[in-house]
Amino acid sequence: MTRVIAIASKRGAEDPRARALGEHVSRALGSVTTARSVRVFATTHEEASDEELAAFARGALADPLVDDVEVSARLSPAGALSYVHLARLPGLTDDEARSAELSWALVRGEAPPDAATFFTEELVVFDEPLPPETLARLARDVLGNPNVHALSWGALPFVPVDPKRVALTAHARVEAVPLPDTDEALLALSKERSLGLSLAELRAIAAHLAEPDVARARAAAGLPAAPTDCELEIFAQTWSEHCKHKEFNATIAIDDRERGEARTLRSLFKTCVSGPTREVCAKLEARGQGFVVVVFDDNAGVVRVDEDRNLTLKVETHNSPSALDPYGGAITGILGCNRDAVGTGRGGGRLYFNTDVLCFGTPTYAEPLLPGQLHPARVFEGVVAGVRDGGNKSGVPTVNGALVFDDRYSGKPLVFCGSAALVPARVSVDGQAAPAWKKDVRPGDHVVTVGGRVGQDGIHGATFSSSELGEGQSRGVVQVGSPFTQKLVVDLLEEAAALGLIAGVNDSGAGGLSSSAGELARLTGGARIDTSLVPLKYPGLLPWEIFVSESQERMTLAVRPAHLPRLLTLAAERGVEARAIGEFTSTGQLEVVFGEVPVASLSLTFLHDGAPPLSLSAIVEAPRSRPCRAHDRSLGPLLLEVLASPNVCSREAVVRAYDHEVKGKTVVKPYMGVEGHAPQDAAVLLVDHEGHEGVAVASGICPRYGDLDPYAMAQGAFDEAVRSLVSVGARLPGDAEGPFELFCGCDNFCVPDSVFHPEGNPDGREKLGKLVRVAEGLAEMVRAFEVPLVSGKDSMKNDLRAGGRKISAPPTLLVTMVAKVRDVRRVVTSEWKRTGDVVFLVGETHDELGRSIALSVLRDEGGLAPRVRIPETRALYTLMTTAHERRLLASSHDVSDGGLAVALAECCIGAGLGARVHAGTDTLPALSALFSESHARFVVSVPAARAGEAAALFGDRATRLGEVGGDALEVTWRGAHVVRLPVTDLARAWQRGLL
Amino acid sequence: MAAGAPVTALVVTGFGLNCEEESVAAYRKAGAQARAVHAADLFSGAVSLRGASIVHLSGGFSFGDDLGSGRVFANRVRLGRLPSGSTVLRELAAFVADGGLVFGVCNGFQILVRAGLLPNLGGAFEPEVTLAHNDSGRFEDRWVSCLASASPSPAFRGAPRFDLPVRHGEGKLVIRDAEVHDALVRQRLVALQYADADGPQQAYPANPNGSTLACAALTDPSGRVLGAMPHPEAYLRLELHPAWPTRAPREGEGEGDGEPADGLRVFQNLVAAARACGRLKDPQ
Repeated sequence: MTRVIAIASKRGAEDPRARALGEHVSRALGSVTTARSVRVFATTHEEASDEELAAFARGALADPLVDDVEVSARLSPAGALSYVHLARLPGLTDDEARSAELSWALVRGEAPPDAATFFTEELVVFDEPLPPETLARLARDVLGNPNVHALSWGALPFVPVDPKRVALTAHARVEAVPLPDTDEALLALSKERSLGLSLAELRAIAAHLAEPDVARARAAAGLPAAPTDCELEIFAQTWSEHCKHKEFNATIAIDDRERGEARTLRSLFKTCVSGPTREVCAKLEARGQGFVVVVFDDNAGVVRVDEDRNLTLKVETHNSPSALDPYGGAITGILGCNRDAVGTGRGGGRLYFNTDVLCFGTPTYAEPLLPGQLHPARVFEGVVAGVRDGGNKSGVPTVNGALVFDDRYSGKPLVFCGSAALVPARVSVDGQAAPAWKKDVRPGDHVVTVGGRVGQDGIHGATFSSSELGEGQSRGVVQVGSPFTQKLVVDLLEEAAALGLIAGVNDSGAGGLSSSAGELARLTGGARIDTSLVPLKYPGLLPWEIFVSESQERMTLAVRPAHLPRLLTLAAERGVEARAIGEFTSTGQLEVVFGEVPVASLSLTFLHDGAPPLSLSAIVEAPRSRPCRAHDRSLGPLLLEVLASPNVCSREAVVRAYDHEVKGKTVVKPYMGVEGHAPQDAAVLLVDHEGHEGVAVASGICPRYGDLDPYAMAQGAFDEAVRSLVSVGARLPGDAEGPFELFCGCDNFCVPDSVFHPEGNPDGREKLGKLVRVAEGLAEMVRAFEVPLVSGKDSMKNDLRAGGRKISAPPTLLVTMVAKVRDVRRVVTSEWKRTGDVVFLVGETHDELGRSIALSVLRDEGGLAPRVRIPETRALYTLMTTAHERRLLASSHDVSDGGLAVALAECCIGAGLGARVHAGTDTLPALSALFSESHARFVVSVPAARAGEAAALFGDRATRLGEVGGDALEVTWRGAHVVRLPVTDLARAWQRGLL
Repeated sequence: MAAGAPVTALVVTGFGLNCEEESVAAYRKAGAQARAVHAADLFSGAVSLRGASIVHLSGGFSFGDDLGSGRVFANRVRLGRLPSGSTVLRELAAFVADGGLVFGVCNGFQILVRAGLLPNLGGAFEPEVTLAHNDSGRFEDRWVSCLASASPSPAFRGAPRFDLPVRHGEGKLVIRDAEVHDALVRQRLVALQYADADGPQQAYPANPNGSTLACAALTDPSGRVLGAMPHPEAYLRLELHPAWPTRAPREGEGEGDGEPADGLRVFQNLVAAARACGRLKDPQ
């Protein structure tokens, strides 16, 4: 008989969460159902009486005003007839249970226990006698997730069972894994052990270990001739696509059918990302404008904000985990990206902001789901909740982002998580000023792990995320994030770095210790780690599991012996577990032991430079173009439909779940205006509470255009980010002065499997060709706009293959950009400000309806993709900058999804004010004038008294459209009204709601 | 605390509280000396409240809001033993009795309520009210307009209305019984009320959480312990209001009326009250 503590809202009391749960369940079932949630605490405290447990729960776990507490071995809440029970799979993080243990210890005046004594569960009960198949569906698809929960269901009463605990009996054991001779056997080994290593890679490993010097050294170290299990895992992790970016560094033979030539490209990364960035950095330095401190060789890019402060920037993806467990995947994605932003140099950064860009299948997706595929609406809901908790509970404002819907993301969603931190430029170490961005790790420094404990969760994440999703691929991969644990770690790092206690820091994310300690070891030329010293969630993990586990909320530090005691004391005071687990050396080897048992010893040189290079082939096709059809749709109703479409409609309901103003610095929030409904192009945050300087952040993403022209798509994404920043008042490097006007970007590629395989991926060469063009388009923009890419990431296998089908994401490029603004009081927002202000379209509309929102509503796949006209665009942004400097602009809104019509509508909705305007051009058809998505355009309004000055400044680069006023948007074309809609109608369509 | 001495504010942070940076800035802008202190140092007795005039419990998610917002932190305040054998709760109560001010915002308010420091009508730190889940069932970040009432707290003086952001999922004041309800009304302990143009408002969205008595901020009968769900520390300058670009004067229109941002005014009031703390004991 197992007793549990059950806490439920008082019967009859109003319970908004129960109502929301009931609505959620009713929506899923399509019939009205009531649902209530009972919080259940299972416990191992058998010594306590029922009365003691109940008194404890009433005093410390429950809210006596609104909750009822029951201690029982049989739960049957009054009025309810059926239930679904959710318990966390054994070993997953359970913070709430830890809090219960802490409270129990407080009440009893004892020290908190080392082992788990409480376990949280949830019992959802229904007043209806729901049949088992319905309950099963609710359990698996609506309330719980079999990847995360042990689920049960049935008719009440619910009889609790003992919580499952991880009980591992395996002992510290190291296995030698002989590499077989035949190709088939090698590949079978790689597959069986989920190594993801190719034949060439396994052959290279075998050859390396057989070298006489290596073999002798291994024998002397007590290691077998064959690689150990741990060594194979280290190779698998270090050489994974996730960590090594093999495809991005591959030599690509290109059959370029656009240009009619064959050519070779050596490393997309070097040719298209790092090469152009280094050129731009050199140019900026030569002009005395350099602001880039660290690029490409730490966890995040580092740029200068002012004399005393740097900013770190990182954007990551967490796509595969989010496909399996949307909430957990998103939350661990955000937290991982946060660790990168503060895990750079010597650490010590304070998180500044988060961004989130999410790509999902449409919420109304109606295709039958493949095995293992979650419905896009569920993925959306879970990811948004994860982004919310990941940011809010860490005290980091989530200030910018985007939602992109396309059913090709229904196999694997794309979850881009971005973070920036402000870091002091210098720290004082033993009384000497040292640059904080630079690690100074020396042989003899301790390897210290801080934060969460290690369990079997999150083993093989790096190799897993480097492969396409298949069926039944979840064990060990799903993790539950703990923003609370990580907040303590991040706070501790800030304090410890300021005290000069940290010589270097690395995030323990993908690849675990193998990656974090292995990377730091390169700085001294070696490290020796004792896995028996690593704090574990439960006993019995194998040494290799300890070394590659990706259990979350951990950082690895390099700490001087003299600083270790102080660091450990401080950590203990701050409630953070920290443990020295080894030391940095200069032996050239990454050595792993378990106590006295040798586990691994690998040459760092071979480990990091020994992977055989990859050669790939690509076919570049000419951009697609065919005319669009003739449309006679009335444009007013079309505008309403475009406004209500998933890729245009208001995201306010989602965004308001994110705290976007903790830290009190967010001057331009995602939604502004008197009513708070006006969508903005970029967020702007104060650097500190005293000055007026600010940092603006924006993003650009437009995968749709890539179907027609991947090169133009990449340039459009880049331009969208630039123009959003220019719109609020940031100045491009060519228009700025001095070394602290930073303007930099971060590139994130997410593409489908682009490696040709005759059966598995017959169009792999064409897909790789698209990636090549995306990268080349990006490179040209970096050079032309002199915007360096200080950080980035590529994610290469965004496919789901299941049930004989494959769903592949379209090639997607996200460009995130950050820029300094000199005075936040001068930034300009999107919404109209006053009646009578004069409206201009800055920039030109071209007939570029291809893949526009309007044509997608009209189900027309024709038209040209918008392209960026680089010299004209660059010149236009200088004019915009001048307009900002002269304070001519009362409002400015960039024109993107939905074209001019949507930009005008958003300016109206945001202000609650109408406008009487012309469509900008009579030479194009009205549909193109209003809905073409040409880049490099802004809708601006100017005080009437200064309209002449604005017209003179912009010359033929701007068109006077009309003026702000009235309560309707009225648009004329060729002398006649083509749109006349009350602002309230526009708002209603736009705010119809996504979820 | 002699009048005229510098006002010192201790801003408690750590364990998931996360508004310390802007809260310290708020007290400094209001003329006080302010520093962030880690809650661990409060719980261990390493930091004492002696010498401080104001203790500020900032917003955030202490202990991840496990077991409900603020509950674990409150458990430590109530039950955790200091080396002296006392508890942080008793120390805080003594601090207030001595004329000190305690201000909790959002999670800090939730902690004060769960610890029994608010409203503490009976003086025995018993649960008399709670902050329950919003009627909407959701966390929301949104700006609200609030009306100040003539409460014993000095925080909301000098202006009739305060525009501030709310950022919480559990902010609905629920009152234990009619007796407590009557006492809150009679003693005018609701210091700030969610309002629209017509006055205090129960309905969403003007009232973001369905709070009883449209309560946005609650004080104890002494006026020296105050909790607020809206975040005054997030509105220290005019450019933090969502409508500031619309309100900002244009060239040739002068430079505004020089009034402080509503949030900063709250801290100015608290610091002024702390400076004149002798008179605070008789707020009328």
